[in-house]
Parts: sequence; structure tokens; C-alpha cells
Amino acid sequence: MAISLKLNGETHSIDAEPGTPLLWVIRDELKLTGTKFGCGVASCGACTVHMDGEPVRSCQTFIEDVEDAEITTIEGLKSTPAQAVQQAWRELDVVQCGYCQSGQIMSAVGLLSENNKPTLEEIDDYMNGNACRCATYQRIRSAIVRASEIMEA
Amino acid sequence: MSVSTSRRGFLKGAAASAAAVLVIGVAPSGVMAAGNAADTTMLNPFVKISGDGTVTAIVKHFEKGQGPATGLTTLIAEELGVSMDAIEYEFAPSNPKLYNNKAFGPFQGTGGSTAMFNSFQQYRKAGAAAREVLLQAASHAWDVPVAQLKLEDGVISGAGNKAPVGQFVAAASTLTAPEEPRLKDPSEFKLIGNASVRRKDTPPKINGTAMYAMDVQLDNQMVVVIKRPTRRGGTIASFDDSAAKAVKGFIRAATLPNKAGVAVYAENTWAALQAREALDVTFDNSAAERRSSEDVYNELMAAVNTAPEYNLTKNDQAEVARAIDKADKVLEETFYFPLLAHAPMEPLTCTIEATEDGGIILHDGAQMPTSPHAALAQIFKLPMEKVQINTMFAGGSFGRRATPTVDYQVEAALAFVMTDRSRPVKLVWSREDDITGGYYRPAFAHKVRVGLDAEGNIVGWDHRIAGQSISKGTPFESFSVHDGVDHLSVEGVTPPPYSIPGMFAGLTDIKPATTVLWWRSVGHTHTAYVMESMMDAAAVAAGRDPVEFRLAHLSGDTADEKRLTDVLKLAAENAGWGTPADGRTQGVAVHKSFGSYVAEVVEISGDPENGVKIEKVTCAVDCGIPVNPDVIKAQMEGGIGYGIGHAMRDEITLEDGEVIQQNFPDYEPLRIGDIAEIETHIVLTTEAPTGVGEPGTPPSAPALANAIAAKGTRVTRLPMSKAGVTFT
Repeated sequence: MAISLKLNGETHSIDAEPGTPLLWVIRDELKLTGTKFGCGVASCGACTVHMDGEPVRSCQTFIEDVEDAEITTIEGLKSTPAQAVQQAWRELDVVQCGYCQSGQIMSAVGLLSENNKPTLEEIDDYMNGNACRCATYQRIRSAIVRASEIMEA
Repeated sequence: MSVSTSRRGFLKGAAASAAAVLVIGVAPSGVMAAGNAADTTMLNPFVKISGDGTVTAIVKHFEKGQGPATGLTTLIAEELGVSMDAIEYEFAPSNPKLYNNKAFGPFQGTGGSTAMFNSFQQYRKAGAAAREVLLQAASHAWDVPVAQLKLEDGVISGAGNKAPVGQFVAAASTLTAPEEPRLKDPSEFKLIGNASVRRKDTPPKINGTAMYAMDVQLDNQMVVVIKRPTRRGGTIASFDDSAAKAVKGFIRAATLPNKAGVAVYAENTWAALQAREALDVTFDNSAAERRSSEDVYNELMAAVNTAPEYNLTKNDQAEVARAIDKADKVLEETFYFPLLAHAPMEPLTCTIEATEDGGIILHDGAQMPTSPHAALAQIFKLPMEKVQINTMFAGGSFGRRATPTVDYQVEAALAFVMTDRSRPVKLVWSREDDITGGYYRPAFAHKVRVGLDAEGNIVGWDHRIAGQSISKGTPFESFSVHDGVDHLSVEGVTPPPYSIPGMFAGLTDIKPATTVLWWRSVGHTHTAYVMESMMDAAAVAAGRDPVEFRLAHLSGDTADEKRLTDVLKLAAENAGWGTPADGRTQGVAVHKSFGSYVAEVVEISGDPENGVKIEKVTCAVDCGIPVNPDVIKAQMEGGIGYGIGHAMRDEITLEDGEVIQQNFPDYEPLRIGDIAEIETHIVLTTEAPTGVGEPGTPPSAPALANAIAAKGTRVTRLPMSKAGVTFT
């Protein structure tokens, strides 16, 4: 079936079967590889994208459900919270292997977009679904706090 | 240093592995002859400078997160005289003659926390040699003695002259650098040891542009996923793909030549995964492993309760046992460590394409390029120089990308061999493939009896270990197996970190129950847990403070004991040892691995029944000269998280030979809320740099276990969740 997909401000016509995860459309059809495959069961968050500004796991979001939505991937991030998060990630050198970090950043931007001054508990709660096997969690937490400060300044 | 001595043994194994990975003969000399990095802008194999003055460090170690891309680049920049902003890096091609790991012999690869250890002098010299030829070229151009010139921030100046280095690159490339260029005195370092140096790989990893092997999208590529037997030793008997044919994008399915799986070819990843689901496969399980984890557990328990196969300490066990029997107090504990998967964030993947000149390119997060290089040359019957390896970022490894069997690259090669080679083949593993098809940290058991005298001093230590050897039967056997003993099974127990009078240690190998592999910090994952749990239990039994008790048994005058003492004191001081907040307890552990010394104090609140909360981990590390202090801290944080996360709740179990766990929901990773805070302190020293990728891991689980023991529950069978410990 042909589906019209709005992604990073552009409209694409996608020919995919219903039930196809958005993740594979983004990666294999649109060749945007910043969104990662980690588990396929919405358990690690590496595939997190924004759907109308809200973080969703693209491996469990299906192509037929995104027809009228605005999808944003790591490549399309532009918002003020996004810039603050990326600056904080750079200042604190959060990354190690980096494979989960697109998803971490998409979730962190989602958090700061709805709550620009989260407590440490709120950070842990919101970011719980984003796994990092390198265990960069200390820096993720600190970088979200730092991004919040950047946004406030 | 022990790391250098033991890793030297890798030399023979490396040569063997380069040739003997599969069955087809390629002489090691073929490896040596491979490739030539000659390039007019290459001032030496590690430094490239373009005419516009852009410096590029050629990084021989792949980047799986542990920081060598930053570290090796720092060494070049420091000695050459450029800022970190003015230097780029590239991963080296596969060429063990130029880019071997000096700790591994004539073999290119990353592992054993050796990247900085083996590169420190080599990369400094490369940077210094480049500086010298550039200065010589400027000296000739200006007719000014070299002694009057200096190179700083990419600019050569002196005697009234000043010009960017790019101007001298062409002339410098024709000059011969001195074999021993002058290296900076550590007091002159601007970048080495500078905590403000940032990671070179951060920018592409925060905007989605970093390219991992999983991100390869070649024109016209096919994606292959493989349906593998569910039991080790099983093979493919037959398959029916009629249902798969209904999947849009499915191309074909074919049994691999070695019957180790059915390759499913498709136009894209989703189609490949869907088609594999639709396959009906019959396995031949006649030679398959059928044991369950409980069988393995019982086998290991029996082994540590009988006379060991190998006497590691070459002394009389009966005599040690008698000394313990006569002791004032006797402690006895048996420990069990389950299989563990590595589960790197990026599932295994690589892509193979044919080149126009009849060769092939492997796109891979290649941890040990020499192994797939040789294996692929054999499979494709190509000379070594016709096989290229494009090393990409790797999404973690923890050991998994370094299999002696070159497992996933061989799968991809076999899948490619079965095509007409007109289309690139990208092999993709799913997370389920990764968790169930793993090469696991082997299961191990230890049984320890310790005798204490009336003053609470150790008078006897009887230690038996049983488990599956990682190296035996692989091309890497000679690397770690000596006189039948796989060092990787016992490192951390023999030689013991402490001065222990009257110690006996023995090892029994068990036959393979599954495929096993080094897992971040290898044998130390279980040996440190046992040593540090027993030291803790002994301190408690002796009525002594656990830090004081350890220090008392580190009173020898060896460099090891002194450095262990220093990190232990540093961690204890910074953790406020002995004065935890109300309702909290602390646990401590100290351990040397991969040449580095690490002590950790874990402070917890709550209790095992209602939920333990890990409030803080305080770490002290001595890894020699700290080249990138912030990377070192990051590695301690990561190593601690990796050790603690698995100890809390992870295990791989077998039932009738099949792995039970499938994906992250039942192999739950450490999550952000599991550890509230980690603080790392680095010992300032002028000793040669050692590793940081692994040494943070060994003390973490026992320090946690000791904090939990102070709440009344000593966990001796992992994971802790299985022993009834809950976490909040």
C-alpha cells in the first residue's frame, strides 16, 4: 500500500505493507540511519523518534499509524530543547559506543519539551526505557540537568 | 608487568589464528605481506598531513566506545604539536605488518584493555617523528638550524620565520625521520593528562551521522538473516520456504554450506525478518547439546567438591587443608556464576561486496581485522591483498565481536559465496539471535575454605575453581593455555592479589556445554567476586574492618601491593568509609586486572527483602599516566555499570540445550535509575599507561555484594535476584 509519510518536514510516498515498523521504513527505505535498531520489541529505546513531538519507539510504531503525523528523527532535530541537549551531550562527552545515543537524545528532548526543569527522579523515570549497554547513565542524567540550565539561560 | 608478559604469548596464537581460522591454508607470511599504506601525504603509517595542513591520525584500534580514537589521536597531537581541534582521525586498514597490536604480536586487533598500553610509545614516536621531518623541511627551506625552530599549534616558527606545517608536507615526506625522535618530557605535556580534552567521536554520535556497520546501505544490497539451530551442535536437516515466498521482498532461502543455518535473502531487513519467521525448518539434533543449566550447575558443584584436575599453586593441598582445620576460625563458601551474554547495543552485522578487480570489501565494526581478513581470503580463495576491511564504528562489543571462530563474518561470507556476487550482502543479527546464539561468559564455580588465627590473620586458603575454558580448542589457545591451565579461568586468583600464607588453588575444566568467550574483564568477572567476597567474610569473621583487613594483607613490598593499597585508601577516603548515612551500608572491593588497579566502595540503602537502592559508587583507579582523564572516568562508570547490572539480575539459562532468554525483557539491561551516583578518582602517576576498558568491572559486583552482606545476605550464587535480593 502507498502511504504518505511526513518526516523531518518533507513528505515521502512510501510503498509498504501494513504492519511494517516505521523503523525499517526510516532506515531501509529513506536511508536515514541515525535511528537505530536495538531490540525490535520497544525494550531498549534505540529506535526512538518523535511523532507529533512525542517520543515513540519506531520499531513498534507501524506505518499505517503515522499517515497524518509529523515524524522527526535525530537528523531532523532543530528545537531549542534539542540544541540544548546536543550541546550538553557534547560538553559532558556522554557517548561511548554511541549506538543508543540517538534514542537517548530523542527521549531527553521529549522530556525537556514537556518539563524544562525535571528533577533527578523525573529524569530517571522518563529515561527508564532507553537502555545503554555502555552504562553512560551518569552522564545522561547530568547532561539533561545541564541542558535544562542551558535552556534557562 | 604481567599484562605484557602474558600477552606476548598471543604471538604464536595470533599467527595460528590468521591461518587456521577455517580449514583452508593461508601462510602467516601472506598476512605480513598484506597492504601498503604508502601515500605521499603519509609522513609515517600513523600520521597523514594534507597540503592545507590538516593532520589525520591513523587509528589502529577500532572504536567500540572505550575511547582509542580520542586517545591515540591525543598522542599524535601532543608530540606533533597541534591542537585537538586541528587533528582528525581515520581507522587503519587491515594490515598487521603496520597496525598490529604490539601486545598481540603480528596481529591487528583490539582487546584485553591493551589499546593505550601498546600504543603509548608507538603513537608518541609517530607524532614526534612527523614533527622532526617537518622541522627538517622548514630548516632546509629557511636555512635555519632545526634547533632554532619550534612547532606549536600547527605552525612552525623560528629565527624570524613563521609558516603553517602544510607548507612543508611535500618536502617532509621525502625525508627520513630519526628512529628515536625526541619525545616530550611529561612536564611538557599539554594534551596528555588534560581533563578538558573532549572525545573526538562525540559530534557524529549526537547527530545521527556516525556510521556503524548496521548503517551500511550500499546500492542494490541484499539483507540476509539466518535461521540457526536452537541447540549448539545442531544442524539444518531441511527447510520449507513456501510460506516465506508470500513475504514481499523475499528473494530466496538456502542452507549454508556448513549446514549451520538457513540464509534468508531479502530486499530489506524487515522482509528478511518476516520471511525467516515464515520458514519451516527441521533441525538435525543428533549431535546437539542437550544439557540444562541445572545439569551444568551440578557438574560444576561436583567438580569443586572433588580433587582438582590442575594444581595451580604446585603445593600440597592436604597440608593447606590441615592448616585450615587447625585454625581458630574456618570459613567455607561455594560460589556459582551463570552464563552471561554480551548483548552489545548494536546487534552483530557486517556487509560484503565484490570489487571490480575481483576482490571483496568487508564493512565491519572489526575488532580483530586479521582474523576475518584471513578467513575471508580463504573462503573466497583470494590473495590477502584482494580483501579489504572497512572498519566502522562498533556499537559496543564487551568481547563479542572478537570470536576466534570469526563467527558472524564467516556467516556473511558463506551467504555471499552462495550468490552470483553481483549484489552486496548485508548480514543482520536480531536481538534474539544475539541473546540466544551467543558466545557466553562461561559458567564457573568456586569453593573456598579460609582459616583464621586468633588475631584474625589468614593462615590457610584452599581455593578450587571449575568451569569451561575459553581458549582451549580455539586458534587462540596458545595465548592463554600453559601446562593445560587456561589462564583466563584463574586470573585474579593466581597469583593472588594479597599476601596469603598457605594458599592452595586448583582448577577443573568442564567439557563445553555451549560456546563461550571473553566477556568484559574475562576471568576477573568471577575471580574478583570470589576473592573480594571471601576477604570481606574473613574480615567480618575476624571482627576487623574490611578496609583495614585488606590493607593488612597488602603489606608486602611488591609494586602491585603498593598500588592496590593506594587505590584502596583513595577510594575509602573519598567514600567516607566507615561513616555511611543512616540506614545505609558500604561494601568495598579492590582488584588488579589488565595492568590497572581499581578499588570501589558501594553504598546502599534499603534491604534485600524490600529493595536495595544503590546510592553511590566511589571508584579509585591507577592506570598509569592518565592520558585522557575524562575517558578514564567514563570507562570506570561504564565498567561499573556493566558489572553491577549483570550481577543484579542477568543470566543465560539452558533447558534441554536451548537458551531460554530471548531479548531484553528477559535479559534486562542496567537502567538509568539503578545506580544513583558514581564518582571516580584517578591516581596521578608516571607509570606507563595501562588499560581502562575492563578494569572497572571486576570490583563492582563484589563491592555491591559486600554492601548487601552488611545487610545480612551474602550472595554466593548469581545473579543476586535469584538469591532473593530485590532492588529499587
